[in-house]
Amino acid sequence: MRSNSPGLVTSDDHEDCLVIRDLAVAYGRKVVLKGVQADIRRGQVVGIIGPNGGGKSTLLKAILGLAPVTAGSIYLFGKHASQLRSRMAYVPQRELVDWDFPVTAYDVAMMGRYPHIGWLRRPTNHDRSVVEHMMERVEIIDQRAAQIGQLSGGQQQRVFIARALAQEADVLLLDEPMNGIDAGTQDIIMQVIEEQRVAGKIVLLATHDLVSASCACDCLCCVNERMVSYGPVTETYTVDNLAATYGGPLIMLGKSAEIEPAHTHHTGDHGHHHHTHEGVGGERN
Amino acid sequence: MQVIDYLIDPLHHEFMRRAMIEVVLMGAVTGAIGTFVVLRGLSFIGDALSHAIFPGVIIAFLLGASIFWGALLFGVLTSIAIGVVATHQRVKEDSAIGVLFAGTFALGVVLISSSKNFTRDLASFLFGNVLGVTMTDIWLSFGMGALVIVLIGVFYRELLITSFDRVAAQAMGLPVFLLDLLLLVMISLTIVVSLRAVGNILVVAMLVTPAAAARLLADRLLVTMSLSAAIGVASGIVGLYISYYNDFAAGGTIVLVATAIFALVWLFAPAHGYVFTNVLNRRLAGAAETQVVFESPEIQAPGRH
Repeated sequence: MRSNSPGLVTSDDHEDCLVIRDLAVAYGRKVVLKGVQADIRRGQVVGIIGPNGGGKSTLLKAILGLAPVTAGSIYLFGKHASQLRSRMAYVPQRELVDWDFPVTAYDVAMMGRYPHIGWLRRPTNHDRSVVEHMMERVEIIDQRAAQIGQLSGGQQQRVFIARALAQEADVLLLDEPMNGIDAGTQDIIMQVIEEQRVAGKIVLLATHDLVSASCACDCLCCVNERMVSYGPVTETYTVDNLAATYGGPLIMLGKSAEIEPAHTHHTGDHGHHHHTHEGVGGERN
Repeated sequence: MQVIDYLIDPLHHEFMRRAMIEVVLMGAVTGAIGTFVVLRGLSFIGDALSHAIFPGVIIAFLLGASIFWGALLFGVLTSIAIGVVATHQRVKEDSAIGVLFAGTFALGVVLISSSKNFTRDLASFLFGNVLGVTMTDIWLSFGMGALVIVLIGVFYRELLITSFDRVAAQAMGLPVFLLDLLLLVMISLTIVVSLRAVGNILVVAMLVTPAAAARLLADRLLVTMSLSAAIGVASGIVGLYISYYNDFAAGGTIVLVATAIFALVWLFAPAHGYVFTNVLNRRLAGAAETQVVFESPEIQAPGRH
């Protein structure tokens, strides 16, 4: 096993940071994520990468205060993150949304304004103009009256991006935003992430798309049930580190480097039949 | 005109006028709140609550108190109990509900077995007795119905987002547990409103059927809710007339009318009905096969789960 390479971005001014210290998350007795350390400054985009079930979504949920944190702490701008929830905007995985629900694209985008509207009030003209502006930004305004399920995958994702933008939050958490969407939408999402960076927001991007993560992000947080590494892309987007994160055969399309795990044993022509036989026997056992 | 007579005649009776008001109130409120029951998949919880308030009704009846308050008390207690028991990891929510509603319903059956008119009383609680409603019943139904509608109005956005995207609602810091509890209490209130009209057993149909039909017809929550309420009211009125002229049980007839409306909508709804999506679409697709090729993938409908 490789040793951790925390690669923390040191910052004296935590007033400007999302700070995660020794974070551990467990559902019942099962620890799903531990040892997360990160200092994320305003204007930084952090990619959270790792295998399925490695804890990418869990980390986002822990930051939002929606996962059972058993150890460690999360501070945003010098306060407990749970106190500043409304300053974090979240884009869920597409698979978790009920697309048959009777809401229009506009209704969904307007949900981003709910923390601003407050109880017992109605949306103001300002709320409406923010929603329209953000829907224009992601080029979905023409579909404002469409029921959410009538849209294509990319259009649906843009509606959720518009909702997150309409919240005018300081932290944007995106869970697999590139899944099942068209190239045009991917471009828009990448542009939006860049704009958020320039605007001094913090962006967290959980993704299994290593190429887009390496392009869009300043830092990578590699997780596989624990934090394997955290640091600038130049240090973490390496063959060794990714192999340590994924712990198996890995093909990096961007650099066309193929990584063989240390334990694979090559049997060659001679061993082929033997291997098959073993596999069948294994299934039966 | 004969049709007018047919419609006016029953209303010459005081009890039919009262029954008519009662089913209209019941239909509107069950339809509105039922939209949330359907959208959040709470049919089973609605069924459970309607059974769970049964002992409350019986206790109030045996004590000579208003059955509304007994039902309300048990509805609220059961709502809280379901919420709390289900937070225990080893007990899944549906098990918690199953245990609670069967247990409380059994308690109600045992309690009423001590009543002198056991069979008659039991039947009127289980299946409703809309022809026997008093003006007090109507005013209580009106009060509770109005309360439920006002609560929907006040918490509309919160109910919408907790139903549509629970995680986002939690992430925004909304008190999701309390909102869930509020919804359960509102469902309890609604069931209480419906007891006289359709009874314990069939109220779940009024919570689910009109809303399920409305969902096939509308693409926005407010429209769905309004249509659902309209279908609830229509079922009540039509059902009451049919039961009057045929001497059927009113509660059962009202539910059958709602079921028939659902069946028609399921078959013939313009965008989501069976006939349109399966028969006409297939024919259109066959005719337009050559054109489809030129459409961009962006326009194609997304996969549904």
